[in-house]
Amino acid sequence: MNTGMENTLSVATAVSNTGDGGILPLQILGMVLGVTGLVFFLGAAVGLVRFPDFYTRMHAAGKGDTLSTMLMLIGFALVTMQDFSLTSFLIVLKILSVVLFIYLTSPTSSHALMRAAFEDDEMPLSEEDIKKSKNRNRRKKS
Amino acid sequence: MIHWFAIFMGAALFTLMIPVIYRIWVGPTEFDRILGVNVIGTKTAVLLVIIGTVYERVDMFVDFAIAYALLNFVMAIVISRYLNRTISLKEMDAREKERASRAK
Repeated sequence: MNTGMENTLSVATAVSNTGDGGILPLQILGMVLGVTGLVFFLGAAVGLVRFPDFYTRMHAAGKGDTLSTMLMLIGFALVTMQDFSLTSFLIVLKILSVVLFIYLTSPTSSHALMRAAFEDDEMPLSEEDIKKSKNRNRRKKS
Repeated sequence: MIHWFAIFMGAALFTLMIPVIYRIWVGPTEFDRILGVNVIGTKTAVLLVIIGTVYERVDMFVDFAIAYALLNFVMAIVISRYLNRTISLKEMDAREKERASRAK
């Protein structure tokens, strides 16, 4: 058992040393996932800056942040998997545990924050407020 | 190839953190600031995995990422609970009305 594991490890290091230049299709999939996560994080950042209200900003940040983090971590788990040995499989399992942890905690923390804001009488924008701000902008322009 | 891809991803992530830092800087309420800090903390966990990919020591840096995500979660929960402790204005009004009605 022990000698067999050592054999697989040595074979794995040899393969990773020789195959540095080539890219597996799995790694291309990982790169695509990472860039998709970057696009989602761009949406979260734009929403965080441009939305008018705390609750809408929370909406943008909570969803975009969770999904982009998960996509990027899964993408990097696939990118780092250079061979199908036991050690690389364990590293992928570790990264997937981070993904599971963030999948559980990020919605929980945004829920707790939003509940704290609601009980602190942070009011969402009403339609009248939006109309007022539009009128102000028109006056400034004219 | 993978090396340069990881460096590109880290640079892009770092650039996209700047709008979030703007929200922390000017945020009208304290909750906006905490929200921005939470987003940056989650992204820092991803950035640690990317740094591990650049240095080819992912097995070590993933542990740091787990610890950082845990600390970030605890920070968000503790601060939201702490801000929740303060009495809201509505509740204060209701308590004053109750006192007035009892005095009458």
